[in-house]
Amino acid sequence: MATQPQESDAMGPSVATSKKQATQRQTELKRGALGPHVSRPSSSEASDLNTLLPNQFQSWFHSRGWQPRPHQLALLQNVSAHRSTLLIAPTGAGKTLAGFLPSLVALSDRTAHAEPDTSTLHTLYISPLKALAVDVNRNLHQPISDLGLPIRCESRTGDTPVHRKTRQRQKPPDMLLTTPEQIALMLAHEDAPYLFSGLKTVILDELHALTSSKRGDLLALDLARLRTLSPNMTTVGLSATVARPSQLRAYLIGQTQPNDVTHLAELVVAPDGAKPQLDILELSDPVPWAGHSARYAIEAIYQAILDHKTTIVFVNTRMQAELVFQELWRVNEDGLAIALHHGSLDVAQRRKVEAAMVKGALQAIVATSTLDLGIDWGDVDLVINVGAPKGASRLMQRIGRANHRLDEPSQALLVPANRFEVLECRAAVEAAEAQTHDTALPRVGALDVLAQHILGMACQAPFSGDALFTEVTSAEPYAELDRATFDRVIDFVATGGYALKSYDRYAKLKLTHDGVWRLSHPRLVNQYRMNAGTIVDTPMIKVRLGKPRKTAKGQAMAHGYGGRVLGEVEESFIDQLTAGDTFTFAGEVLRFEALFETNALVTRSNAKDPKIPNYIGGKFPLSTHLAERVRAMLAEQARWDSLPAPVTEWLNLQTEHSILPERNEVLVETFPRADKHYLVAYPFEGRLAHQTLGMLLTRRLDRSGARPLGFVANDYGLGLWCVNDLSQMIETGSIRLSNLFDKDMLGDDLDAWLADANLMKRTFRNVAIIAGLIERRHPGKEKSGRQVTMSTDLIYDVLRKHDPHHILLEAAWADAATGLLDIGRLGAFLGRIEGRIRHQALARVSPLAVPMLLEIGKEPVAPSQRDDILRDASQILIAEALDADSAA
Amino acid sequence: MLHLKPERLDVGDFDEHPISICGTAFQAHVSGALYWPAEHALIVADLHLEKASAYAERGVMLPPYDSRDTLMRLAEVVDHYQARTVIALGDSFHDPAGADRLNPEDRETLTILQEGVEWIWIAGNHDPEISSDVGGTVRNHIRLGGVDLRHVPNPTSVTHEIAGHLHPAAKLALHGYTLRRPCFVGNGLRLVLPAFGSFTGGLNVLDDAFEPIFGNDGFAVWMMGQEGLYPVATRLLKSD
Repeated sequence: MATQPQESDAMGPSVATSKKQATQRQTELKRGALGPHVSRPSSSEASDLNTLLPNQFQSWFHSRGWQPRPHQLALLQNVSAHRSTLLIAPTGAGKTLAGFLPSLVALSDRTAHAEPDTSTLHTLYISPLKALAVDVNRNLHQPISDLGLPIRCESRTGDTPVHRKTRQRQKPPDMLLTTPEQIALMLAHEDAPYLFSGLKTVILDELHALTSSKRGDLLALDLARLRTLSPNMTTVGLSATVARPSQLRAYLIGQTQPNDVTHLAELVVAPDGAKPQLDILELSDPVPWAGHSARYAIEAIYQAILDHKTTIVFVNTRMQAELVFQELWRVNEDGLAIALHHGSLDVAQRRKVEAAMVKGALQAIVATSTLDLGIDWGDVDLVINVGAPKGASRLMQRIGRANHRLDEPSQALLVPANRFEVLECRAAVEAAEAQTHDTALPRVGALDVLAQHILGMACQAPFSGDALFTEVTSAEPYAELDRATFDRVIDFVATGGYALKSYDRYAKLKLTHDGVWRLSHPRLVNQYRMNAGTIVDTPMIKVRLGKPRKTAKGQAMAHGYGGRVLGEVEESFIDQLTAGDTFTFAGEVLRFEALFETNALVTRSNAKDPKIPNYIGGKFPLSTHLAERVRAMLAEQARWDSLPAPVTEWLNLQTEHSILPERNEVLVETFPRADKHYLVAYPFEGRLAHQTLGMLLTRRLDRSGARPLGFVANDYGLGLWCVNDLSQMIETGSIRLSNLFDKDMLGDDLDAWLADANLMKRTFRNVAIIAGLIERRHPGKEKSGRQVTMSTDLIYDVLRKHDPHHILLEAAWADAATGLLDIGRLGAFLGRIEGRIRHQALARVSPLAVPMLLEIGKEPVAPSQRDDILRDASQILIAEALDADSAA
Repeated sequence: MLHLKPERLDVGDFDEHPISICGTAFQAHVSGALYWPAEHALIVADLHLEKASAYAERGVMLPPYDSRDTLMRLAEVVDHYQARTVIALGDSFHDPAGADRLNPEDRETLTILQEGVEWIWIAGNHDPEISSDVGGTVRNHIRLGGVDLRHVPNPTSVTHEIAGHLHPAAKLALHGYTLRRPCFVGNGLRLVLPAFGSFTGGLNVLDDAFEPIFGNDGFAVWMMGQEGLYPVATRLLKSD
């Protein structure tokens, strides 16, 4: 296996299980827990367990100079006894082999008994990444061929040819390696019972990365169905260290109604590897006040790459990746092989880079989160994280990409791009040392996903509402779903679920007198298949390199291209460009020429300073856990000594000019600047929550006559600017901060703002697609699609007006509240600071506020009223007309 | 960044816009309707009534409120201008069977709307035939006050024409944001109305389909915002 280290003495110290420890872990969930045990297997137990491992496997391990690890054997024992188990192990601990070992042993045993040539699917391996499914398949062939096991192991992804998929259904392999989407499709097929009834083991890789999304919801529902088809199957979850294992343990096995008791799978915890060696880059040059480019540190990053064999440079966004890559090549005097990897690059290009990486042909690779998970990269000996780590667990995952040998510490270098990020990096290092993790919020299963699943189940066979309800609520994310809501979702699938019942005659599902729901038309099977999955892509445009041909009229011609595709970018990005604009992509400076259908035609440019449009902030907001650590650090002056001198100086200056808040306080500063009046607050609750807060405060300040003009938000705080003197308004009592920050803003103000917010419309679009209300756009149909498709905004507006309690609006609201709005976090913040607002009326901008003000113009917040843009456009026309008049 | 601009032109300044076609004065309304003061006539294009139920027949359960929504919005603008004549410029129903699928309440709304009003349905490609059950007069094309009113614009550079069919929309890029909205598009001699129906998409005015109509002589657009109708310089427009 790729994840198996080369040394045999790589077994870390064992940790004995204390009963108390186990009990504490189980009571993490607020509901009670049934008591399976937690094992932290030690080497001494291993010898007993070794008897479980057939001789041929033992000698295989020895022949490779390895020894089975305790956690691998513990898992083997559990699975042999049909006990579903969660294995938590650090990278490099032979996690994947551990997951497959029980199946390999069982299947070798089966062949020993010379069973006839029946082919039944025995083991299902599910991974969040296509590439991982393929890679693991490749690696499994090593033990299978070494041991001469007659085991057929195949992978199945969206790229698998149709004929092979068909064969896999008719004559299933022993082990199938696949993705959640493929499982959903296979379960919706009429022969699913035939395919899965003999299933013994399901292995879920990178479970921590799967469960916290809609994909995880869908997978949970699919697991519930698999349990129905094969009641004796055992599940194995493989996960990196998480703050609350009980969430994942409950996910792995069936829950029961009423769910006052949570059933948990067993837990095996492998010992931690050597602690990583984490450093924060410190230079004599001061860290910039703001920005995300880390340009100031490029020479140092380059030096670190020179000093190591292979380095991964992680950044947070595609733009950052392009920029850092460009800068590195600018200083690359030694001609090091430095490559670029992000999700928008052409697949072929990415595969080439990955192959070069595996071969060890690269000195460095600049990557985004596309490399956070995934296949083994061989001898990476340094991970550099440029910018804010955003979360402790995320950082650990990234660091784990270096050095897959457990006994050697991974080496990582954190490069903060601005002063706030220094604090965040410091907090992340402390979290890593204390081995504390970010806590994922418990997830409530999404209703749009349930709707899609219900249609899929109807495609498989007619179903009884009662039986499906029992099955669905056995899935952990849906354990608390009530029957009424479930029935509303069925109603939605059947006829759209509208208050106005006019679609009965077109119903997709029909309830027959025996209480069974049947699909009304076979063509709906195809409709389901075309729309399955929970990943809704934003419309993408291909970036194509070529020479534009001009027509006689001087217009670029549609037939003049045919060049290489460099990758894809969001339509919204291309929308901002006009012919002649330059931007960086795929590591080159490109000139945008024209757009043809779904192709952006570009040419190479020798412009030195490309026009890189708005920096788009990291996808992930600062985690609650790191935010707490940052706030604590600010509150304790004694700890500032560990920070770089310019940062300590900055904080000291802040205490001279203003104050630094206590841990549980929020600081609000008001001051005049130029001809405007500013309010800056520092909640440290992440960009999303701050954006929501900014919108709501703007509404409130507008009502109290402060005449707000705009605001900016980042991960640490937000700044608003107004026409009127805020300090004075607060002093005279015409604005009361306690009212301004009152929790009741999450009521009517939020509703009123959201109703028209573009963000809500975007969320609704995703929900409508996943739930199957509207059909996905498919490649090929694209051309006509782009021209006259009616926008989902229209559906949203009409639905809100005429059926405001519709279930999809409910689902969209739930999505927005947990996702883009981060209402939960904002609510917790507003509760926490009640009576704890520290206001400082200042004569001028404070040191802490400087970075915030520098963000103005860089961190865009979409205006809620886009008519502003139209009004500006009209103004331009009017100005032109007036100019023409005066000229005449 | 959010820029509120209280000192700018007011919302009310953009409710309607005068448009002249060969010297005849019209008012383009923010709703997408065109009012002809001299004739007391309101002109709307491409209502596409019962589009949602047409989709529902194929298993795509769009909200069954599009006819209600379209008719209510139409009622508002008829009231606003106290129009004596209403001319629907074709594709009033999404398909020939659409009229039969109108539910009783929506049918009732239509009847009330037609009371005391001369109602003319111009046939479109989606509704070449319109059931006499829905009231009004059905015509293929009419000429009123020297202006031709038809569904599909005549594909030669004629003048004195008001048409629909194309669902014109314009895309604007400004301050780093883009915005695509239905619009009126005209050149002073002829005009194409935006689709009025609640569930209608739009075709970019820079699409080739508009070339036979306006040629290379240019045109003007008035984009429909949420609060107003905005004349926008064509050089700011973008293709899809």
